[in-house]
Amino acid sequence: MNIEYMFAIMTSSAIRRWSALEVVLALLWVGGPAIAQNQNAALDHPVQYAPADIAFGASLYSGQCTTCHGSTGDGVGGVNLGSGKFRRATTDRELTTIISTGIAGTAMPGFKFNATEVDGLIAYLRNMNSFDLSSVKPGDVKRGKAIFEGKGACLACHRVQGKGSYVGPNLSDIGTVRGAGALERSLIDPTSGLMPINRPVRAVKKDGTVITGRRLNEDTYSVQLMDTNGRLLSLMKGDLREYQISTKASMPSYKNELDATELADVMAYLLSLKGS
Amino acid sequence: MMTRRLLFAMVLLGAAWGASSSLDAQVTEQRLTNAAREPQNWLTYSGTYFSQRYSTLNQITPANAKNLELKWMFQTRLAGTWQATPLVVDGVMYITQRINDVIALDAKTGRVFWTYQYTPSPDHKACCGANNRGLAILGDTLFMGTVDAHLVAIDAKDGRPLWNTQVADMKSAYSLTVAPLVVKDKVIVGLGGGELGIRGFIAAYDVKSGKEVWRFYTIPGPGERGHETWEECPPNAPTYCDPEAWKHGGASVWLTGSYDPALNLTYWGVGNAGPSHNPSQRPGDNLYTCSVVALNADTGKLTWHYQFVPNEKYDFDATQIPVLADIDWNGQPIKAMLFANRNGVYYVLDRVTGRFLFGRPFVKVNWLSGFDERGRPNQTPQSFDQPTWPGTQGGTNWYSPSYSPRTGLFYIPAWENYANFVGGTPTQYQEGRNFGGCCTKPYGPVPGAPGVPSIQRGPINNWTETAGSGAVIAIDARTGEQKWKYSFTDVTDSGILTTASDVLFTGVREGFFHALNARTGELLWRVSLGGQIVSGPMTYQVDGKQYVATIAGHSLVVFSLRD
Repeated sequence: MNIEYMFAIMTSSAIRRWSALEVVLALLWVGGPAIAQNQNAALDHPVQYAPADIAFGASLYSGQCTTCHGSTGDGVGGVNLGSGKFRRATTDRELTTIISTGIAGTAMPGFKFNATEVDGLIAYLRNMNSFDLSSVKPGDVKRGKAIFEGKGACLACHRVQGKGSYVGPNLSDIGTVRGAGALERSLIDPTSGLMPINRPVRAVKKDGTVITGRRLNEDTYSVQLMDTNGRLLSLMKGDLREYQISTKASMPSYKNELDATELADVMAYLLSLKGS
Repeated sequence: MMTRRLLFAMVLLGAAWGASSSLDAQVTEQRLTNAAREPQNWLTYSGTYFSQRYSTLNQITPANAKNLELKWMFQTRLAGTWQATPLVVDGVMYITQRINDVIALDAKTGRVFWTYQYTPSPDHKACCGANNRGLAILGDTLFMGTVDAHLVAIDAKDGRPLWNTQVADMKSAYSLTVAPLVVKDKVIVGLGGGELGIRGFIAAYDVKSGKEVWRFYTIPGPGERGHETWEECPPNAPTYCDPEAWKHGGASVWLTGSYDPALNLTYWGVGNAGPSHNPSQRPGDNLYTCSVVALNADTGKLTWHYQFVPNEKYDFDATQIPVLADIDWNGQPIKAMLFANRNGVYYVLDRVTGRFLFGRPFVKVNWLSGFDERGRPNQTPQSFDQPTWPGTQGGTNWYSPSYSPRTGLFYIPAWENYANFVGGTPTQYQEGRNFGGCCTKPYGPVPGAPGVPSIQRGPINNWTETAGSGAVIAIDARTGEQKWKYSFTDVTDSGILTTASDVLFTGVREGFFHALNARTGELLWRVSLGGQIVSGPMTYQVDGKQYVATIAGHSLVVFSLRD
C-alpha cells in the first residue's frame, strides 16, 4: 500500500484551540463512528469530531485537495475552506455530496472516496482553522502491517485477506467501514468500540461443556457464534445451563503496548484495508 | 516489554495458524471424491460427482414418511424463481439467493451465521431470470459464479470474498448461473448466454489464485477439430447465411457437469446453437452444440463428444445433468452415462469412449424417427403448421433427474403432452441482443387457448393438461422402459431426490412437495407449500436426524420426522 493512506497522528499541540478536556472527551468518544452520522436532527453536523478523524482527513486533504485548494484552503478564488463556512453546503450530508459528485459548471470534480475517507475529510474541513498540519506525524502502512502481524499479534484473533484467525471480526475491509477515530478508540479502549453483535458469548451446556466465542446472530431461542476454535456453532438456549453475553471486549488495550508512532502505523495500515 | 496478555495472544496466534492447516482441509479433494460415503453432508450441486441425487440416508422410509413435519423455513429477500440447491457441510448449510448472495445457515434451525452480498453490474444480460443455482466448496472456500460473469471465492467461515475473477465480458451477454464444480485444485464453470449470441466455453480456475488454468470453447475455432461442422456458406444461398456463425453460435453451459475420478474425465451438457430456430443460416452440424462433451479435468482437452441433435432448431439445448452410473449392459458391467435430454429422449452412452448405446423417448417425440448405428438421429422436422413434440421447453429441462442404484430406476421430471409450432427467420447478430431467430408458438387442443408458460405462472392454471402436464417418469436405466409414472395436472420444474430407503422426493409447479415410493410411484406424503418448486430437493443429517430441503417460491423449506 502506498503512503497516500497514511494515518496522521496528532500531538496535543496540533489542536491549538481545543481544551485538554475536549481532547480527552474526543479520545474517549463512545458510540458509532464519530462523524458518520448526525445523531441530532437539530444540528447540521456534530459539535466535535474525533481528533483521529481530523488527522486522517488532513492526510487525505494533503494528498488530494491541495493542488487546487492549497494547504490553507484558500487556493481557489472566492473559496476559503479554512473559514469553516461553505457557500454551497451547510450540513455534512451536503459536503458529502459535493466531495463525491463535484460541482457542475465548476472545476470541482467528484472524488471516489469511501465513506470513511469522506468522514475524515469533513472532519478536517470543519477544523482546518484550528488544526496545525505541520504538527502531524504520519503513520506508515508497511510498518503498521509489520506491527499488526508481529508485535501486536493481531492475527491471533483477527483475519485479514485470508490470513489469521476467525475468533475476532474479519478486518479485510475495516478501512471502509470504520473511521480513524473509531479505530483509535478500539485500539486504546476496545470495550468502548465494541459493536454489540461482536460481544463475547460464554455458554455452558447441561453436560458442563463450556463454549466461548463471538456472537454472530441471536434470537429468542438460539444463538449463533464463532467459537474460539474457529467453528460456526448454533446453540439452543434451552440446552444451556448458563448463557452470558459480555459487554466487555476480549481484545486487549494497546494503549501501553504500542507507542504513539506504532499506534499511528497500525491505524494507517487498518485504514488501508479496503477488501478485495 | 511485552505484557503477559500480548504474549498469550501470540500463543493464540500460533495455535490459530496451526489449526488453520487442518481447517483448510475441511472439505478435501478426497472428501469430494468419496462424498457418497458421508451422506450426512451434501458437498456438490448434485450431491456427488456422479450426479445421481441419490443419498444413502434411510431414516425416512415409505412407512414413516407420513410423519414428516416442517422444521424451519428461510425466506429470500428477492422475487423470482429460486433454482438453487444448497450445500451442507458438517451442520452448516450454504445457499445462494438471487441475485448473487450467499448465506450460511445452521442446518438444524435455519438461523443465519453470515451473508455475503455480491453486487453485480446492473448492465448484466443474464437470460431467463438471472438465476444462480448454487455453490462449490473446497477446503474452507466457497465458489460462486455471478450474473455479470465473474467467479468469486468466499471464505466459508465468515463470508468474506477472497478473490474475484472476471470470466468473460458481460457486454457480450456472458453470464454465470451454473453452480461451479471443484475437481482437485480447480473450479470449473460453464458460461450462459446461448440465446444472446455468445461463443460458449467451459473453463477451469485455480482454487487458490482464481487464475484461469484451461478453457474449452464449446464451439471450436478455425484449425480446431470440429470447426468444419460450421460450414462455409454456399454461394448464392437462397436465404440469409451467416459466414461468421461460429463466432456467436451459442453452445452455452448452465448446469453443473459430472466427474469420474477413475477416468479423470469431466462431463458437461452443451446448449443449443444460436440463433435457436433458424439453422439454415448456420449450415453444418454445429459442434459442440446440443452435445455432451468429456474433457480431461487437468487440461480441458476433449476426449470425446456425442451430439444429440445436429444443426438443431428446437431450442433443445442439452445442458441437462450427465448422470454417471455403473450398470449392466448385455450382461456386462459398464461405465455408463445416463442422460435424459430436453429433446424427449433418454440416452445411455459408454462414458469411457462416448459410444452411443441406445436412445429411447420417454415422452412423445416426432422430431426424429430413430438412429443410425453411430447414434446420429434421423431427424423428421415438422412444418410450421404442424406441432413438434416435445415443445420448446422440452420433455425435461434444468430439473435434475435421479438414479437409484438400489432400484436400478432412472427418475425424470418430465413435461408430457407438450408441443410447439417451430419456425425460424433470418437474424443478424448484434452484440448482447436476443439471438433467438424467431419463432415458436404454443400448441393447444383449442386454437388461441393459453399455453404453458415456460418459466412462471400465476395462481390460476388456465390451460389444461392436454396442452402440457408434468410427471415423474421412472424408467429402467438399462432399457429406458417405463416402470411407473406419477402424473400432475400442471407441469413440473422440480428436481428429484432418491434415498436408500426407496423414498423419492419431488415438487411440482403447483407448489406441492411429495414423497413417493421409489419402487412403485405410490404417494406416501404431500404438503402444499404455496410456491412454485423449481429446484432440486436434497437431504442431509445433523445430530442423528435426517432432513429434507426444498425450495418453494421464495422459501427454503426443511422437513424431518416428527420428534
